[in-house]
Amino acid sequence: MLKKLMLAAAMTVAFTAANTTFTSTSALADGHAKCGIENGRVNIIGNEFPAIQTIGTGAKACAAGDVKISANLTKEHKNIQVPGLSGNPAEYTVAIVANSSIVPLMNDDLIRPLDDLIAKHGGNFGKNQQITIGGKVMAIGFMANAQHFVYRKDMLEKAGMEAPKTYEDVLAVAKVMKDKGIAQYPFGGAYSAGWGLAQEFNNMYLGHGGKFFKDGSAMPSINGPEGIATLGMMKKLTAYMNPDFLTMNNNEINAEWKAGNLPMMQMWGSRAGPLLTGEGSAPGVAESTVLSGPLSVAGKGIPATTLWWDGFTIAKNISDADAEASYLAMVNAIDPKIMNDDVATQAVWMIDGYKPTPASAGVFATMKANATPYPMLPYQALLHSALGAELADFLSGKESAEKTLADAEAAYITAAKEKGFIK
Amino acid sequence: MKHRTFFWFFLPTALAMLLFIFLPIVSVVTQSLFVDHQQVFREVENCDIFGCKNEMMIDNEATEALREAQPLGRFAGLSTYFNRSHLATTEVGQAWSGSQGWGEFLGLLINLPFYKALIFTLTFTFTVTPLLIVLGFVIAIAVNALNQKLKGVVIFFSLLPMIVTPLVGSLILFWMIDSRGIIGNTLQYLFANPDLSLKASTGLTWVMLIVYGVWHAAPFAFVVFYAGLQTLPQDTLESAMIDGATRWQRIRYVVIPHIMPLVTFVALIQLMDNFRVFEPIVGFNAEAHATSLSWIIYNDLGGETRLLSSAATTSVLTIIGVAILLSPVLVRTWRDWNRKV
Repeated sequence: MLKKLMLAAAMTVAFTAANTTFTSTSALADGHAKCGIENGRVNIIGNEFPAIQTIGTGAKACAAGDVKISANLTKEHKNIQVPGLSGNPAEYTVAIVANSSIVPLMNDDLIRPLDDLIAKHGGNFGKNQQITIGGKVMAIGFMANAQHFVYRKDMLEKAGMEAPKTYEDVLAVAKVMKDKGIAQYPFGGAYSAGWGLAQEFNNMYLGHGGKFFKDGSAMPSINGPEGIATLGMMKKLTAYMNPDFLTMNNNEINAEWKAGNLPMMQMWGSRAGPLLTGEGSAPGVAESTVLSGPLSVAGKGIPATTLWWDGFTIAKNISDADAEASYLAMVNAIDPKIMNDDVATQAVWMIDGYKPTPASAGVFATMKANATPYPMLPYQALLHSALGAELADFLSGKESAEKTLADAEAAYITAAKEKGFIK
Repeated sequence: MKHRTFFWFFLPTALAMLLFIFLPIVSVVTQSLFVDHQQVFREVENCDIFGCKNEMMIDNEATEALREAQPLGRFAGLSTYFNRSHLATTEVGQAWSGSQGWGEFLGLLINLPFYKALIFTLTFTFTVTPLLIVLGFVIAIAVNALNQKLKGVVIFFSLLPMIVTPLVGSLILFWMIDSRGIIGNTLQYLFANPDLSLKASTGLTWVMLIVYGVWHAAPFAFVVFYAGLQTLPQDTLESAMIDGATRWQRIRYVVIPHIMPLVTFVALIQLMDNFRVFEPIVGFNAEAHATSLSWIIYNDLGGETRLLSSAATTSVLTIIGVAILLSPVLVRTWRDWNRKV
């Protein structure tokens, strides 16, 4: 009880500070029901990037009369979504999630199955967009994303090398580039300690054919030959990266790319696409930027990356009217009619009528290569955090790969025991 | 003061303290004694836009009853305090019996997250606090000696580091020391080493954080000491001058004893503040090289799966740490007060 009270108090403060309401007044004025919503409250929590902004705007277009629609799109969404959906009634009626961030909502039983709403109201989306968990539709996906390889055509030609297909190729090209003085640091990746570094481990580990957990249990299984090979490859790559790599995240890597300093990098499709516009880039960079597909490693032929989807979920602890209003507003937001040339460049949409643009080449290549989707396991995030905190010790040369992996497993097991995932 | 008057006078403060200090601490302590229920899993088929596969999921219906009966979770006693993420008694024991000497033992100790953070936190606290007191005092003496017209401007600029939000201040410094930033690049030039990076070495990262800590907090010491200097007894100073005391002797034997109580005050506040060092670690992206107790709490709460009990435990340990740190100063103040009474 006390815990809930404290949480409620903290959340009230957080909401007053962070929540921005964009109820459109012009829509209020005309007073007609829109999108088939008679009444209800819609409040959206989600990440903040152009594609999600488009979705938020689409949902808000349904505001009319008493139907108030607001959205809080913020980079801090992960910290807000669980407390924001925990209340009864929940502060937020819609959470825009990805395959990792749906897990904490599932773990705490905070989102409702959408089957009845789909049966009643339908919607302009395909069967494959329905994210089904244990036979129930829990989310509707609208876009895909993946980290993939990006390279500079001109710098590669200068080095006289073929475009890399594997991480071993990357090492060979990087060596030539460094020796010839084409680039001081030829490779870039978001190796900043924490989430980003752990994600690069995940990518490389899957590429080595590794399994994160022992079959059917929450016990970790990363401290094996695949894990050691993964760390070995990461260490080799860091030799060709800016020495500050443990502090560099996607923003810094992108800035280096725009400055024309980087010939090769691993980057999110949603962030690499905008580089093609050349906005803020040095002359000649955008023209020769190629969004390639995923790399493989160690001759396994498995894409060393993960696939991601973004979709919407509806809160459990809200009235049926609010749930219906939320569903209808979101269905309107992802309707094929939103598609135009500008929106098409924002993401790899799963929406009908979307025609792939050059900005989506990398993600499509990753999907075609059958990369593994990021696992929706209840305990995956804990392993991710543990890796994020421990891997830096190995990459900065403080300890061996075995010791680092053992530490990460021990840190994970401690956390998993606290959460009741392991006895 | 009459007891009755005192009671009514103190009541609002007492209520505020109860509400905003005592209750949160009770809640944190309670939380640290509980952990989540044992989760019941079931394997289900999950389908997303990329295809279907079988995955483990939490069976919410099965745990619902447990959660209803015991909303706080399983009672764990002090076990969270002694686990690997905190005091790690088992691991420390193994390190102690398994290591040949102090060096090896410390190496093993630093590998444990809590001790790693504690060692940085203590190093930071005990280097930054004395340095900022000395620096603040020097600035105060210097400003006090300035021409009246200049004082206002100089005071304003000396206060800037404290006015700037810590996170913004650390970000500014972080960009300046980047290998392409003004300080980082100058250092590379001075040491003729194009690969020199302040962010890549643990030692240099610590130095950087400590420099930031002093830069940020020195204005606080300066303001307090400067105010103290305004109350300096002029007669004592003048008689010291007549006696032929040099400027240094005047500072040593008149000024310093006069502002000593303020030094205690600044030390008290800054020990507390520095023990909770947090913003620069985030601002400098320094978690690969330096973590603090506050950073551990932030990290536990910031993951996609939040570790509430672990964060609560670290919070309680931080409170205990602050209490231990302040005890010598508090004991001294208590004795002084008793003597006066």
